[in-house]
Amino acid sequence: MTVNEIPREAIATKLAEAGYVADRDLATALWMMDFLQRPLLIEGEAGVGKTEVAKALASVHGAELIRMQCYEGLDASSALYEWNYQRQLIAIKTREGEAAEAVEARIFSEDYLLERPLLAAIRRPKSPVLLIDEIDRADEEFEAFLLELLSDYQVTIPEFGTIKATAIPRVVLTSNGTREISDALRRRCLYHYLDFPDVDREAAILRRKLPQLDVGLALQIARLIAQLRKEELRKTPGVAETLDWAATLAGLGVADLAAEPEIVHATLIALLKTHEDRLRITPEVAARLVGRAA
Amino acid sequence: MSAAAEIGDPARLRVAGFAATLRGAGFAVGRAEMFDAARLLTSPAGARIDSLRAAYRALFAANRGEFTRFDELFDAFWRGRGANRAQISGGASGAARRFEAGPGGFGSTGLPERMALGAEGAGEGQGRERGASAQEALSTKDFAKLTGEAERAQALDLAEKLARAMRARLTRRENARARGRRLDLRRTLRASIARGGEPIERKYRQRKPKPLRLVALLDASGSMELYVSVFTRFLHAVGQAFRESEAFLFHTRLAHVSSALKERHPQRALDRLSLMAAGVGGGTRIGECLTQFNRLHAKRAIHSRTCVMIFSDGYDTGEPEKLESAMRDLRRRCRRIVWLDPLTGRAGFEPVARGLTIALPFVDLFAPAHDLKSLAALEPYLQRI
Repeated sequence: MTVNEIPREAIATKLAEAGYVADRDLATALWMMDFLQRPLLIEGEAGVGKTEVAKALASVHGAELIRMQCYEGLDASSALYEWNYQRQLIAIKTREGEAAEAVEARIFSEDYLLERPLLAAIRRPKSPVLLIDEIDRADEEFEAFLLELLSDYQVTIPEFGTIKATAIPRVVLTSNGTREISDALRRRCLYHYLDFPDVDREAAILRRKLPQLDVGLALQIARLIAQLRKEELRKTPGVAETLDWAATLAGLGVADLAAEPEIVHATLIALLKTHEDRLRITPEVAARLVGRAA
Repeated sequence: MSAAAEIGDPARLRVAGFAATLRGAGFAVGRAEMFDAARLLTSPAGARIDSLRAAYRALFAANRGEFTRFDELFDAFWRGRGANRAQISGGASGAARRFEAGPGGFGSTGLPERMALGAEGAGEGQGRERGASAQEALSTKDFAKLTGEAERAQALDLAEKLARAMRARLTRRENARARGRRLDLRRTLRASIARGGEPIERKYRQRKPKPLRLVALLDASGSMELYVSVFTRFLHAVGQAFRESEAFLFHTRLAHVSSALKERHPQRALDRLSLMAAGVGGGTRIGECLTQFNRLHAKRAIHSRTCVMIFSDGYDTGEPEKLESAMRDLRRRCRRIVWLDPLTGRAGFEPVARGLTIALPFVDLFAPAHDLKSLAALEPYLQRI
């Protein structure tokens, strides 16, 4: 069950081709996922691009991305499998009079099984990328269950039997740290802490996603965002917000931030998502930030 | 096992040595990690020291703290640089050792240790409890008036037991909830087979309530020093019993001490705590510390079923406006704010401390916390949240 390995150096280039500007350490961690066949746990603030890593990884390997968003109260029936009850009910009705065992065998067969993300991930012929997003939102019980799945890559369905993985999926877990996740799960995984990109990398991301953007402007935007993240804000703007804002500025034909302070301030709504943050960054503060970024 | 056999003994010893270094620095390193580390050494990642470091960091680090600390440890071991500095950050430092010396062993930097005050407590106030067991008498004795090693140790043990019991009872309450609202189709259908597919017996599913999370903010300033050691022990037990809990110490600045309280052994936990809380005393800036909490930690620490407990006497030397705005902000974020004041238990107490008069309008429960009984009285309140 070996996965086709991509050499370590090639990963960074392939990530870049897939539109993700990664630092070297992340590329190493992604290579290790294949080499050691361990899942990767990525932590970091909201908006640093954790989910994007999984998407990029899928595209690097040309693999399918199976995403599972965790939430409170997530249980096996929405994560692993569920029986198709409507069909089962019809089947029971139409087979009335048959022996109970025969009916039972029939309605608990493959045809009536609904795959959910975790089961889907281990039943694909080619290794998919399984993204378990915001694992810290799920309950402790679910975490324990996941740990079992991630070490054996097999699932037991009482009515059906044990299903073994046909191909080991590449698993990426993300966490925002809303809850401390267990040491056992941490130890099972490789770990990477993703920080907000530095100015150069953010500028590179802007240039890659918005090729029409002028190099100087991209750098200005990246510097201003870096300043803005140091302010006391309720919601620190993430990379996606930076992209929105840059696209807005490009759309308005802004070429130099310092030349258009009003537009800069007016368009900050793309970055500041709470009323308080909006009030805190007054035109004067915005002008000061622009002054430092220019 | 071939990968491990490929590399020579010296290299394997080196990996084992590094694993030992990491363990000394508080990393949890198991056999699986060591085996993988040996494999990485002969892999392309092992060709250059930089890529090996990145690879080992991803392998060995399990949280952000370890992730940021790792490079220093790696360089010290594999490059022989800054070795001494790394050893100091590795936990078993001289400063930590010092605290083990004392009999009760509470550190002296951050956590003042002055429980044994002399004989004044003996005949005063709570002496009426004499008929009951020694434990009961102790449970209403002001923490500031405990005398002698034995009595103090007993109070600490009780505080710990109390915190554990609170957790146990809260949980049982949760499980005993009435039947749920949602139909459990899977079990209903299973039961219906026997009746030819008529779902006569319906099965329900019940949703488990979100576990209660406690966030404790403990004032460790000079005016609180008689109480700090009991409270930290209580918080340690809370940290052990409630998986969802966070703890902070503050005086002139705020220190996040949850990780120290997750340490199982109470003495080691308190040692780590005193290291983390080390700082200058001299005044309490409650407002500033709360602002800092709101800004840096609240987003992560507070969810919809969170109770924030502030242990403080309210003597604030900071700006009153700051305290007010910080309390208002905190009020908006969390479900309940409990203010526990150890001085409340004293005869003729009036909440006159400036900090208190400002903070009280934002507080849901203002309660005494000068003895074990008052701590125990919190439980019914927490259950209702």
